[in-house]
Amino acid sequence: MATEHNDIETALNRRYEAGFVTDIETEYLPPGLSEDVIRELSAKKHEPQWMTDWRLKAYRHWLTMPVPEWAKLKIGPIDFQAISYYAAPKARPKSLAEVDPKLLETYDKLGVPLHERAKLAGVAVDAVFDSVSVGTTFRKELAEAGVIFCSLSEAIQEHPELVQKYLSSVVPIGDNYFAALNCAVFSDGSFVFIPKGVRCPMELSTYFRINAVNTGQFERTLIIAEEGSYVSYLEGCTAPQRDENQLHAAVVELVALDDAQIKYSTVQNWYPGDENGVGGIYNFVTKRGDCRGARSKISWTQVETGSAITWKYPSCVLRGDDSTGEFYSVALTHHAQQADTGTKMIHIGRNTKSKIISKGISAGRGQNSYRGLVKVEKSASGARNYTQCDSLLIGKKCGAHTFPYIEVKHPSAIVEHEATTSKISDDQLFYCRSRGLGEEDAVSMIVDGFCKQVFKELPMEFAVEAKKLLEVSLEGAVG
Amino acid sequence: MLKIENLHVSVAGKEILKGLDLAVRPGEVHAIMGPNGAGKSTLGNVLAGRDGYEITAGTVDFGDKDLLQLEPEERAAEGLFLAFQYPVEIPGVNNTYFLKAALNAQRKYRGESELDSMQFLKLVREKLRVLHISDELLHRAVNAGFSGGEKKRNEIFQMALLEPRVAILDETDSGLDIDALKMVAEGVNHMRSPERAFVVITHYQRLLDYIVPDYVHVLAEGRIVESGDKTLAHKLEQHGYAWLDERRVPERATP
Repeated sequence: MATEHNDIETALNRRYEAGFVTDIETEYLPPGLSEDVIRELSAKKHEPQWMTDWRLKAYRHWLTMPVPEWAKLKIGPIDFQAISYYAAPKARPKSLAEVDPKLLETYDKLGVPLHERAKLAGVAVDAVFDSVSVGTTFRKELAEAGVIFCSLSEAIQEHPELVQKYLSSVVPIGDNYFAALNCAVFSDGSFVFIPKGVRCPMELSTYFRINAVNTGQFERTLIIAEEGSYVSYLEGCTAPQRDENQLHAAVVELVALDDAQIKYSTVQNWYPGDENGVGGIYNFVTKRGDCRGARSKISWTQVETGSAITWKYPSCVLRGDDSTGEFYSVALTHHAQQADTGTKMIHIGRNTKSKIISKGISAGRGQNSYRGLVKVEKSASGARNYTQCDSLLIGKKCGAHTFPYIEVKHPSAIVEHEATTSKISDDQLFYCRSRGLGEEDAVSMIVDGFCKQVFKELPMEFAVEAKKLLEVSLEGAVG
Repeated sequence: MLKIENLHVSVAGKEILKGLDLAVRPGEVHAIMGPNGAGKSTLGNVLAGRDGYEITAGTVDFGDKDLLQLEPEERAAEGLFLAFQYPVEIPGVNNTYFLKAALNAQRKYRGESELDSMQFLKLVREKLRVLHISDELLHRAVNAGFSGGEKKRNEIFQMALLEPRVAILDETDSGLDIDALKMVAEGVNHMRSPERAFVVITHYQRLLDYIVPDYVHVLAEGRIVESGDKTLAHKLEQHGYAWLDERRVPERATP
């Protein structure tokens, strides 16, 4: 009997494999948010005065802002005073070699080995655990190429001129409610600088992990690609399984100068809550890329399977002439998950191009909304956009919604929007099963086919992981 | 190997099959003919295990298994194949990938080792050669954007690859031009063997010029009303299904 019980346990746990907690001594700031808390946070991080002032300015602005309610999401009130805004493992290692073995083990379990002998081949990783970066791999190799890849906290200390120049240059302090909150309390994140003409020799990635209870995670990422450079950056996210909702409000800023290319991929697998919608991460993220230079290109690819609530619109400001913005997205909602996600493509420069491929999958009672804006300014002659927006429904209780906004101010613009909504049909399922495939395999095969266009934009290893994640996330979606 | 006895099937409360009997032995080709609405496609679907059919009486034995107790995928792995009248499109799923997954799922069920990509590709090449199918079909998504003829050809290709013990062809000839029809027939004839049986469901006699059956059955109003050899098909072609009305066997008492 004991073994049998274990089998069931294992099967149940498989639904969210990253749901474990690491038992590690953690230093917290007490829950609550005030100017004093922000000063304390800033002091803990030994930040320069300009940084503290910047935070306080954002905080004061945030206090004046209303909570946004335009998204098609049902969210209970968030008590910002009940959250702790800083949690970090007590031991502060100087290098990866000194990192607490428990932390290394955590990342091993998540499939992101950090230690030298098992490092992911060809991928440099910055690991962010709760509020702090615990280590970055391949730093030496990257430095030789002139690439700076470190935590944002370190960058503030070591490259203040770069941080000051670019921080909040894409997402202004008062951009939106959650971005303003992030400015006030962000604790860490990644910083990437690719100098002129350099093709980053390996993939860069950040692995975000929420561990501590009753904390929010507010990370901030800043990527700068100078003229003619190229970088591919990946981010992954997980959190333990808990009954309370946890808040995650991140900001990502990308800057691409002339002829630079940034490819940004996300596999988001925050804890989604249970079947009844208890627990899960509230994921409010502002991601924006600025194609500042001519012929620059920014490409967002996201696979969103986790979180109870996803509120996220990775966008491109196509400022430079002939610049290109792309957005490829797979968003899955199962059980009681809700997602309101999409993109904004703002065409400012001449002959700017954008492409949007969005695939929404809803199962259980999941609600999935695509919200996208394509805006062609007066200056953007010859602008071109193509949008394809597909929704797939599994079962009868889920919903898919599409909110496309198009604003065109130049007569030469060509803007195309295609949208489809389909159900995994009984015919498709039966066809697969009559060939010998089990029901769940059939569903994941159909879903995989539906997502093909997006998966092929992901780096190989991530595409495999994304596919597996969808399979696990959809378990029990049929029958 | 396939034994259907007194099969009664209802759809949404309406009885479609009303006591159907059929016995198929290895090596045999049975043709099932009949007018529209006689229950021909229902028979194919019920045997393959599609939802939405209520079996109110009767048994179906497949080898030593009770077919009606098996899931559709188990029936497939046991060696039952249904060539669809309207093959379904699955966008984005590569045809080769789909078939490899299907074949390996069946092999796994039967306790056989799964084929790796090289072994599978070798098998595919072999089947393509025999069936004179271009490998272009393989690189496309399952049936997506296929013409009617291509879809049917793909069904035959799947059948060749999965090597079933009993293959049911549900009006595979519908909507086919004569060249495509010959090609489909050629595929079937090539696969005929002493171990394998076929149930060919068709509305027209034409297909049976190319796939010559051992037995012809007429299905009307939910039952087999007439059985015979291939000459029965010719008689039907000449006289039409109305001719049967005069020869109808008396209703069997339903249990």
